[in-house]
Amino acid sequence: MAVAAPAKAGTKRPKKQKEWKSPDEGQGKLAAMMLSPTFLVLVLVIGLPILAGIRQSFYTSGGLNANGFVVEGDQWAGLKNYTAIFQGSTASIFWQAFYVTTFFTVVCVIIEVIIGVAMALIMNRAVRGRSLIRASILIPWAIPTVVSAVLWKWIFNANGVANDLLGKQILWSTDGIQAQMAVIIADTWKTAPFIGLLVLAGLQVIPEEVYEAAKIDGSSAWNSFLHITLPLVKPALLVAVLFRILDNLRMFDLPYVLIGKGKPSVQTLSILAQQESVNTRYGPAAAYSVLLFIYLIIVAYAFIKILGADVIGDEARAQKKAKNKKSKAQRKIGRSVARGDTP
Amino acid sequence: MSTTAPSEPRQVGGEQTKETAPRKVKPASAGGDRAKKALVYVGIGVIIVYCLAPFYWMVVTSLRKSAEVFETSALPKPPSLENYAAAFDPVNGFGRALLNSIIVAGTTTVLCLIIGIFASYALARLDFTGKNLALSAIIATSMFPGIALVVPLLKIFTDINWINTYQALILPSLSFALPLAVWNLTAFFRQMPQELEQAAMVDGCTPWQAFRKVIIPIAAPGVFTTAIIAFVAAWNEFIIALTMTNKSQMFTAVVAIAGFQGKTGRDIPVGSQLAAGVILTIPLVVMVLAFQRRIVSGLTAGGVK
Repeated sequence: MAVAAPAKAGTKRPKKQKEWKSPDEGQGKLAAMMLSPTFLVLVLVIGLPILAGIRQSFYTSGGLNANGFVVEGDQWAGLKNYTAIFQGSTASIFWQAFYVTTFFTVVCVIIEVIIGVAMALIMNRAVRGRSLIRASILIPWAIPTVVSAVLWKWIFNANGVANDLLGKQILWSTDGIQAQMAVIIADTWKTAPFIGLLVLAGLQVIPEEVYEAAKIDGSSAWNSFLHITLPLVKPALLVAVLFRILDNLRMFDLPYVLIGKGKPSVQTLSILAQQESVNTRYGPAAAYSVLLFIYLIIVAYAFIKILGADVIGDEARAQKKAKNKKSKAQRKIGRSVARGDTP
Repeated sequence: MSTTAPSEPRQVGGEQTKETAPRKVKPASAGGDRAKKALVYVGIGVIIVYCLAPFYWMVVTSLRKSAEVFETSALPKPPSLENYAAAFDPVNGFGRALLNSIIVAGTTTVLCLIIGIFASYALARLDFTGKNLALSAIIATSMFPGIALVVPLLKIFTDINWINTYQALILPSLSFALPLAVWNLTAFFRQMPQELEQAAMVDGCTPWQAFRKVIIPIAAPGVFTTAIIAFVAAWNEFIIALTMTNKSQMFTAVVAIAGFQGKTGRDIPVGSQLAAGVILTIPLVVMVLAFQRRIVSGLTAGGVK
């Protein structure tokens, strides 16, 4: 590619004047060429597996027939894999996993956002030691989730330092609320600093003058935070929160390693599906993962539509919007400055 | 680092003794300012302890003698490398697992960069119809749950005998690493001044030549940052590596560490597991600390915009 293209480009040279006049036409071809490898790979490693998974959720494979022999190949099962999920004992397993997944997501994201925003506010005030904070904040991010799970597993060991500090004998790794607590604490530790980092980046582009103007007009620190900081940081925060939500909905490593598989109180939908899958119950496993996928799509869609998280952050799109109405960001700055001016 | 730039003038104006001077509106509030400053320092201390204490505990515990792993003294006395020797005990296969991790994460990173750099340049710099659609599609793929790929892939790979092969680990890893790389590189390319290619094209370059001869040579820092971020993501990947392997020679390091056994089978491998954790983490921590400014700007560019 690298060898062939310049030669081809060389022959085109006389035409370059034309390309200048209509960049869209000239660049469209190049763009298609440059994008196609990525999309080819994405179709191969994501598109096809997803389709295969959806197909698989309508089939059963393996299992025993009436004579006790293993059935070869896939059998069409229609919606049986799905209806089975909502019936009898599997229903309670599924709803438990659904509840655990949602519970972890809601609790973790709320705690992480609060801690993360607090961290960002402090870091933004810090004059000295910024690089030290940044370095320490990156460490939880850099530690592999599995290693952090191992680390917290031993902290929460019955003889571990957590019980020493609390002066109690809590069996963290047994099933139940304490196991959930352990997962939440470990997850929060690892990702709250990351949210802090993202929010800090948003904070740093707010001009100091805005706060000064608000202060002169008698706005309290809390009011400034509520009416200047939050609205201006909101776009960055929303995207960070969306990604944390999606990440938490597919949580797997942490409960799997920290507490272990087969513990209902920390069995997320991902763990449930993976366990079904490695036990070669491919049909039900696929049905679980399709359900999780649909759940994720609904949450992401709702988040983007209702809260207006601007995930792409593309200027082109912003400009398109600007044609109809004033740019969202500008409007927000205007509004919050106006609020800050009149406390 | 455009992100810290706005804060610089503040610091220059304030210098050491009166960092908060420009903020000070009423001179009477000097006492309040000092209290605030103290509060900020306390806050900084809390953040650093919060982030580092568990990590510190892991390092300290890994350096204790294996009989003393549950000691609570702040420093190991005497420090010992017993646990590190135990981690590399052949029974754990940790050395081989490290090699597997390097192969898988390394190959994934290189593939992502080679494939992704073209796409991200096109997305950031070229003008074409359907650009937003392409961008949305790539971002959407990064939101897909890993399990939705792992379940069907396990069956497919089982059918074609790919279980316990490197390709069964590398190909699915592209599903999350490639969108990540494209996104990071796109953000990076967007920051470069548009005049670069314009100047090249005025001098007679085609868009392709402008990309190859002008952009690629100066894109090295962005590519490097993206490489680190993609490598960390691939290195930390668990669910694919766990599901697609069942032979210990093919385990990646994170899978191996989760399955560490004690020497006698029933004793708890606290020390060796933590030692292995430290070994797994140290290269990442060193890399991250060495390039922290770039990584932070890469991460925030990817996450914020």
